[in-house]
Amino acid sequence: MRYDVFFAGYGGQGVLLAGNLLSYAAIHEGKNVSFFPAYGVEKRGGAAMCTIVFADGDTGSPVVGNPSVSVLLNQLSFDKYAAKVKQGGICIVNSSLVDTKGISLPGVEVILVPMNQIALDMGDVRMVNMVACGAYIEKSGALLKESLVAALKKALPERNHSLIPANVQAMEAGAQAARG
Amino acid sequence: MATASREKIFVKGNEAVAMAALEAGCRCYFGYPITPQSDIPEYLSRELPRQGGEFIQAESEIGAINMLLGASATGVRAMTSSSGPGISLKQEGISYMAGSELPGVIVDIMRAGPGLGGIDASQADYWQATRGGGHGGYRIIVLAPASVQEMYDLTMLAFDLSDIYRMPAMVLADSVIGQMKESVIPNPRPVTVLPPKEWVVRGREAGKPQNVVKSLYLGDGEMEKFHWKMQARYQELADKECRWEEVQTADAELIITAFGSTARIARTAVDMARDAGMKVGLMRPITLFPFPKKAYAALSGRCKLFLDIELSTGQMIDDVRLAIARDAEVLFYGRPPGAGSLPTPEELFEQIKKNYPTCS
Repeated sequence: MRYDVFFAGYGGQGVLLAGNLLSYAAIHEGKNVSFFPAYGVEKRGGAAMCTIVFADGDTGSPVVGNPSVSVLLNQLSFDKYAAKVKQGGICIVNSSLVDTKGISLPGVEVILVPMNQIALDMGDVRMVNMVACGAYIEKSGALLKESLVAALKKALPERNHSLIPANVQAMEAGAQAARG
Repeated sequence: MATASREKIFVKGNEAVAMAALEAGCRCYFGYPITPQSDIPEYLSRELPRQGGEFIQAESEIGAINMLLGASATGVRAMTSSSGPGISLKQEGISYMAGSELPGVIVDIMRAGPGLGGIDASQADYWQATRGGGHGGYRIIVLAPASVQEMYDLTMLAFDLSDIYRMPAMVLADSVIGQMKESVIPNPRPVTVLPPKEWVVRGREAGKPQNVVKSLYLGDGEMEKFHWKMQARYQELADKECRWEEVQTADAELIITAFGSTARIARTAVDMARDAGMKVGLMRPITLFPFPKKAYAALSGRCKLFLDIELSTGQMIDDVRLAIARDAEVLFYGRPPGAGSLPTPEELFEQIKKNYPTCS
């Protein structure tokens, strides 16, 4: 089985950390992984995106034209990338920042999750990427929650390990919201 | 890390290059920052001094390449890295190294050009790399990794080939392979029998003749003799060191050929074509110099249609056509490098469908 997911938002939303986290989780499950990032030259506010491919065998192309799942965290990425989601795929949208009105994606399951709001309710908007990861594993079923928890230890620097429980809660809240 | 464990690690392509350099026994690194390769000097600035090596951020790329020349002349393993604009600046030094028969590893993580271009992936430095790049008529070894594991393995190979054949060796990748993270097995340095470096500059040592490393050949016939010697060496490289990967070429009616990042993207397009019942294969050269001409010639004996794919307007296609001559038709699909022009597997699959022979 070969899975692919595309994450996009603006710099500062933790898009690349989310991608790293999913990569470590997939490695934890014994998969081969490619993590392909692309971001603007700005430290914050520029476009940030990454594509993660994981498979039991060869990961093949790190570049995916029509992702099976896209997680879009801001309006710009929604406008630019929502239409690229594969037929039969899933588009998970941060409805706190994205207005999807007037845009229909036939053949694509659109999941609206108010990610900023959920993260804020949990105490810190910076956990928006964790909410997104939770929504992703819930809808895709591609990775186990336990793998993501294990991955947090690898993806986060030691000094931030005390924040892992809060991040796990944010993931669970994201999953819950995606379940609807 | 010099003490390589075989446990898989998850690293960027650029970091894999730096780790492999350490494992290969590289003692000196000289460079100047430029996107998208700065992870290499960043890693080595931290790790190389810890292991007793020298890391120098030079005043310029020209400074760095000449430091590489000097270090190499003393016999140590040394390297530099840059991207297109910096590699262009280094060409004078690379030519002098070639003229002095000096080994040394140069890493080019290609970005879009010409000029400052952009920081997105490109394959448009193919000509510059494989044709020597500087003045005077010479070649260097050019290796093209298509995965993070190959970034690691081919960097080590570059050090070995460079020492064995006494010429600069280049690892030619781009920002896709350099910035991408994948699992890597940090293989230990291969056991290779290397020729003793009897030519190194060592100052005046009692009982030993003085060695001089230079690229100046003024004597009657001296320069010509140098060139014929190098031509023989290039031939030896072509005979012994060609490396390539073939995927499902045995029954292929259409063979895609690409190197590095585009080969990686094309690999999935080939799978899509196979799933659709089309007999499509992939030929990926790993050594761009020496170019695996004989392997192409063998393929063109049984497959009559090739589609060359590059992230440029077409450079490697020259070598593909020279290798295949008139035995098969070679088509081309490429996009000039730059933000937003990286082809997708879906796009390449469309090209396969468009060009797949219908009546065969």
